[in-house]
Amino acid sequence: MKSLEDLRKLRDEAKRNMNMRYVKGGVRIQVGMGTCGIAAGAGKAYNKFLEEIQENDLKNIFITQVGCMGECAFEPIVEIIEENGTHSIYCQVTERMVEEIVEEHLMGGRPIERYLLSAIKR
Amino acid sequence: MLENIHILICGGTDCHNADAKGIRTEFDRQLELHELTGDAKTVITGCMGQCEKGPIVVVYPDEVFYANVKPEDVEEIVTEHVKNHRPVDRLKIKEPIDYKKIKNYSELKFYSKQKRIALRNCGSINPTDIKEYIGRDGYQALGQVLTEMTPLQVIDTVKRSGLRGRGGGGFPTGLKWEFASKSVDDQKYVICNADEGDPGAFMDRAVLEGDPHSVLEAMAICGYAIGANMGYIYIRAEYPVAVERLRIAINQAKDYQLLGKNIFNSGFDFDIELRLGAGAFVCGEETALIASIEGERGMPRNKPPFPAVKGLWGHPTNVNNVETFANVPVIFLKGADWFKAIGTEKSSGTKVFALGGKIMNTGLLEVPMGTTLREVIFDIGGGIPNRRKFKSVQTGGPSGGCITTKDLDTPIDFDNLVNLGSMMGSGGMIVMDEDNCMVDVARFYLDFTVEESCGKCTPCREGTKRMLDILDRICEGEGTLDDLRILEKLGNMIKDTSLCGLGQTAPNPVLSTLKHFRNEYIAHVVDKVCPAGVCSKLTTFSITDGCIGCTKCAKNCPVGAISGKVKEKHHIDASLCIRCGACKVACPVNSITTKPMGWEKEERHV
Repeated sequence: MKSLEDLRKLRDEAKRNMNMRYVKGGVRIQVGMGTCGIAAGAGKAYNKFLEEIQENDLKNIFITQVGCMGECAFEPIVEIIEENGTHSIYCQVTERMVEEIVEEHLMGGRPIERYLLSAIKR
Repeated sequence: MLENIHILICGGTDCHNADAKGIRTEFDRQLELHELTGDAKTVITGCMGQCEKGPIVVVYPDEVFYANVKPEDVEEIVTEHVKNHRPVDRLKIKEPIDYKKIKNYSELKFYSKQKRIALRNCGSINPTDIKEYIGRDGYQALGQVLTEMTPLQVIDTVKRSGLRGRGGGGFPTGLKWEFASKSVDDQKYVICNADEGDPGAFMDRAVLEGDPHSVLEAMAICGYAIGANMGYIYIRAEYPVAVERLRIAINQAKDYQLLGKNIFNSGFDFDIELRLGAGAFVCGEETALIASIEGERGMPRNKPPFPAVKGLWGHPTNVNNVETFANVPVIFLKGADWFKAIGTEKSSGTKVFALGGKIMNTGLLEVPMGTTLREVIFDIGGGIPNRRKFKSVQTGGPSGGCITTKDLDTPIDFDNLVNLGSMMGSGGMIVMDEDNCMVDVARFYLDFTVEESCGKCTPCREGTKRMLDILDRICEGEGTLDDLRILEKLGNMIKDTSLCGLGQTAPNPVLSTLKHFRNEYIAHVVDKVCPAGVCSKLTTFSITDGCIGCTKCAKNCPVGAISGKVKEKHHIDASLCIRCGACKVACPVNSITTKPMGWEKEERHV
C-alpha cells in the first residue's frame, strides 16, 4: 500500500466485511481473550464454540477473539452480536454453558437471560 | 389502591441533568390537579440508554415513549394521554426503543460514565487481524500525518491537544516530542514503555492485547515528528499474550507496508522492534529502561542529560507510555480541539484505571479526567461488597498514597491527586474497606519497593529497608511512638535524596497513611491493638450486641473458642482463639469486631 487512497479503499472494504459479519452475514461471536480472559478459561469456551458450531453444522457464524472489555470480574466474557444489532453479553462462560448457548441462542434464537451480564451483575 | 397507569421517568445521569426531577414534580402536581393521583403513579428509573434524547418518559401500560420532555409538556401528557388515553404524537420518540438493544442494563450503567479513547477498540476488534483495525479508521492518522503535515505541525497538534504522559508523571507529551525533535543527530529513537510493573495495574496490557496497532501507528507518527526511524517497544516478558500479539501486529503492518521503507510514498522509513524485559519495576524509569535495552543492568542514571538529548546509545530518544501512544491516533483523527475539550483544563482527555481490591466490579475502565473518585468507585465500580464500609483508595501503586472518604469528591486529574499526597501513577486503583489495616497496607507496598530497589543509591537501598524494619516491628506489636517520628523523618529524607522516581516516591504509601490514619498507627504502638484485625499479634476478636445468635461463628471456629446458645449473644474465649478470622467471615450481620471498645466514637488526633 503506497497511498492514503489505497488505505481508504482497504478501510471501506474492511468495514464492509465487518458490517457483513455484524449485519447480513449472520452472527458474530466475540470471545474476550486478554490475559485475564484466558486465565479465567476463555480458551476452553472458544474451542468449545468451534467444536459445537462444527458439530451442529451452523453456517454464517463468525467467531473471533478480542481484547479485554474491562469486566474482568466476570470473565470469561462472550459477546454475541446478531443480524439485527442485538448485543448479548454472556459472562462467566463455562463449556457446559456453551452447549446451552449454542442450542438455545444460536440455533433457537432465544438468548439465555440468566447467563447474561445484566442478570449476574448488580 | 393499585394504580393502573405508571409513568416512568428516566433518572439516568444525562436525563437527570436535563431536569428529570423537575419533570417528576410537575407530573405529581398535574396528576393531583386533575385528581388522577390514585390512577397513575410516577417512578424514577435507571438509565434507559437513550441519553441523547433525554429526558425520557414512558407511560405504561401503553408503553409509549416520550423524548426530550420538558416540564411545560407535562400538562399535555397528563390531560391527553393519562386522562383521555390519547398519546401525544408530537412528543413520541421517533425510533422506539429496541428492547433487545438495551437488554444488558448493568452493562449500560458500567459504561455510561465511561468514555473510551485509549480503549476504543479493546473488546470489539480482533487484535490479530490488521483489517479490523483498518476498518475502524486505523492508520488513517498516520497516512494524513505523512502526506499532509510537517513534523512541526504534528508536534504543534499534540501540544495543542494538552495530552500528558499517562505513565504517571504527567509531563506534556507535545513538549517531550519537541525537545527530542530539536536535538540534532542523524539517528534518533522512539521507545514505547510497556514495562508495566505496579501491583494491581493492567491497563497497558489490555491495550497491547486488545489493540496493538494503535500503539504501532502512534509510534510511527512520533517517529515522523521527531525525525526518528527506529522504534523499540520495551515490554516485560511476563506478558506473553501481549508480546505474541505485538509480534503478529508488527509483521502484519510490515506486510501492508505501513511500517518499513518509504511509508505512503512519503520517503519516511520506520521500523519497530520488541525488546523483552525481565520485569524489574525500576526499568519503568526511562533511563533504567534505556540501559536495559542497551544490554546493561537496568539502573537509572542522573538527569540531565535527558533522553531527549542523550538517550539510547547516546542518541536523542523519546520515551512514552503505552496509553499515551494509544491516545495519539485519535487526536489526529478527531482534532486537537476535540481532545482538549474532554477532561479538565490542565489534564485533557481520559484516563484508564484498573480498579481492584474490595470492590464489586473489578475491572478496567476509562473515564474523562475530572470524574470524581466517588463516581469511579461507587457508580462504575459498584461500591464495596459484603456491606463493609469504604475506608480508603490507594492510587498510583507503590509510588502513590491513600485517599480517604473526605476527599472522595475530588475530581481526578494529575495535579489534584498530587495535592492529596498521592499521584496518578499508571492508573492502578486499589479500594480498601474497614477490614484493611493501613499499617499492613503501607508495609505491603514498602516490601515491594525494597525488593525492587536497584541498589544504586543509598537512600533508596538502605532507607527503605530501615523503614520496612520499623513497620515490621510495629505490626509485631513492638513499636513505639518514637518509631512514627523516625518513619516520617526517614521517609522525607528518602524522598529528597533518592536518585530516581522509584526512591523519590517509595515512602509515599507510608507517609500518606501516617498522615490520614495516624490513629491506627497509634493504636498499634500505644494500645497494642490492630483495629482492622489484620496484624494477628495485635488482634482480639469480640462479639458485639448486634449478634443474632445464629451459631454460624461457633460452627466455623476451628478451635471451638466460641460458645453461646441459639438466638443469644455468643462469646469468644480469647485464651483459646487463634485469631484466624473465620468467625468474622462467617457472621451474616457483621457483628464480630476486632476494634477495641469505643474505637469508632473516639476521635483521636495525636
